[in-house]
Amino acid sequence: MGVLLTLSDVDARYGQVQALRGVGLTVEEGEIVAILGANGAGKTTTLRAISGTVRRRGTIELAGKSVARKGPEATARLGVAHVPEGRGTFSELTVWENLRLGAYVRRGSLREDFRRVAEYFPWLEARRSQQAGTLSGGEQQMLALARAVMQRPRLLLLDEPSLGLAPLVVAEIFRIIRELNDREGTAVLLVEQNARTSLMTASRAYVLEVGRVAFEGTSDELASQDAIRRSYLGY
Amino acid sequence: MTAVVAALERRLWFRPSTSWIVPAALVGVAVFLVVGSLRSSLFAQQTISGLANGGIYASLAVALVLIYRATEVINFAQGALATFTTYVAWQLMAWGLSYWPAFACTLGIAFAGGFLVELVAIRPVERRGSQITAVIAAIGLLILVEGSVGWIWGNQVKFMPAPFPSHIYNVGGVAFSRQDLSTIGISIAAVLVLWLFFRFTKVGLAMRAAAVRPQAARLVGVRVSWMLSLGWGLAAVLGAVAGMMAAASPSVLLQPSMMDGILIYAFAAAVVGGLESAAGAVIGALLIGVLLNLLGSYVSWVTPQLLLPVAFVVMLIVLLVKPSGLFGRTRVRRV
Repeated sequence: MGVLLTLSDVDARYGQVQALRGVGLTVEEGEIVAILGANGAGKTTTLRAISGTVRRRGTIELAGKSVARKGPEATARLGVAHVPEGRGTFSELTVWENLRLGAYVRRGSLREDFRRVAEYFPWLEARRSQQAGTLSGGEQQMLALARAVMQRPRLLLLDEPSLGLAPLVVAEIFRIIRELNDREGTAVLLVEQNARTSLMTASRAYVLEVGRVAFEGTSDELASQDAIRRSYLGY
Repeated sequence: MTAVVAALERRLWFRPSTSWIVPAALVGVAVFLVVGSLRSSLFAQQTISGLANGGIYASLAVALVLIYRATEVINFAQGALATFTTYVAWQLMAWGLSYWPAFACTLGIAFAGGFLVELVAIRPVERRGSQITAVIAAIGLLILVEGSVGWIWGNQVKFMPAPFPSHIYNVGGVAFSRQDLSTIGISIAAVLVLWLFFRFTKVGLAMRAAAVRPQAARLVGVRVSWMLSLGWGLAAVLGAVAGMMAAASPSVLLQPSMMDGILIYAFAAAVVGGLESAAGAVIGALLIGVLLNLLGSYVSWVTPQLLLPVAFVVMLIVLLVKPSGLFGRTRVRRV
């Protein structure tokens, strides 16, 4: 397995505020990696730096190709699916239109992809023509995931998929993420507040603190070091 | 008992469900027009020619809605651009093209023109400034385009060849002009084609996505800035249709200020319809066209000079009763 994503020495800023200072991380092909840390540590910004939705400097390579100067449209074409925080579904459009947009960068028939997506989310079939905004929060999060699957990404960036959802729904979403990773071999970079669930899903994790990587290691290492667990992961 | 009354009052007065009012009112208007037309041939003729005017307003109103939905900017230059393209059509015909080939060429030129205008005049302004800056740029564009029409073609009135031989159909004692019927048909067809494009094509879907959620659209790979240029191109095509239909109508003269009044009616129509809804803009435009025509022919003191103010009064009344317009949805925004 080769390295799929490399960040080294990445800075990012919103106007005057510097959000990332020299962040470095790697994601191997087919791997699930978590980014943990407190609010404002730069987790979301790290994902945004990769997809090109924030101003950034440094080295960002996807499968050996630099994406550091590319905008989100181009990054999406290279196989990065970013599911932003707050789901980013098109709530004014129907479920089916959302899925069609997921496959926007690809050519060819959608039928095959839709069948694949319906295996993970069987309920989508019956709700095809429903307006996405009328779905429940959990369903919208699943629709956002389904849309990302339609894109057939090599790398899936997930920002707080558990935000504001009931524990049962969160468990279901994480089960689907593991299944996706297992069956499609899609690499996942996961940002989460919910450290315990993420460490159970991811093989490795990075802990961010005010825009820097404070710790990194396998999930088992991070979960077993009490000091890190208590001060950074909060459980 | 008082509790029941209070509950009833709450239901009736304080939280009225108004979803049935607009459709009911529209059905009422339609019944009124049909019954009136059956009883009086003058009424029928005036209704049809009002619908023809409304069709012209509708094309331009939908163009306004198209750009407003994508950028929340009212394109005040839409009428001037339509005038410009109409002069292009006139020029093509003066060079010897017959009407329909000239019409088709003009639509193509309008699309390219609208696309370029967005690219050159609007995009740089919008990127740096706010929506107010873009509105000011649009007003500047209005003055520039209207000025250049006068500079290139002169301010004298030109004569536009008629697309249809003047012909009157006689249906049960009522005379319908072919001109009016064709104008209605062509405007409705233009809007319908556009609707099909947005509903059923991949690019149309991407344009809608870019309009409602530009950030999310970019993340799935939609080139949002190109979608905006494309929107301006399509709006210019609709404007060209409106301009050529207007120039063909006997009551409008081909001159640089030709579309000024029509733009205001179209604006009123778009506001009545809710600014966000193309269907609303079409219905608003048809209503305004018919209403003004009937008022002009049945109410003796409503002279042509008074029609513009009447359109404004209609717009105000609708806004007072239903601030989001007939078909507008009050949008909930999450930050």
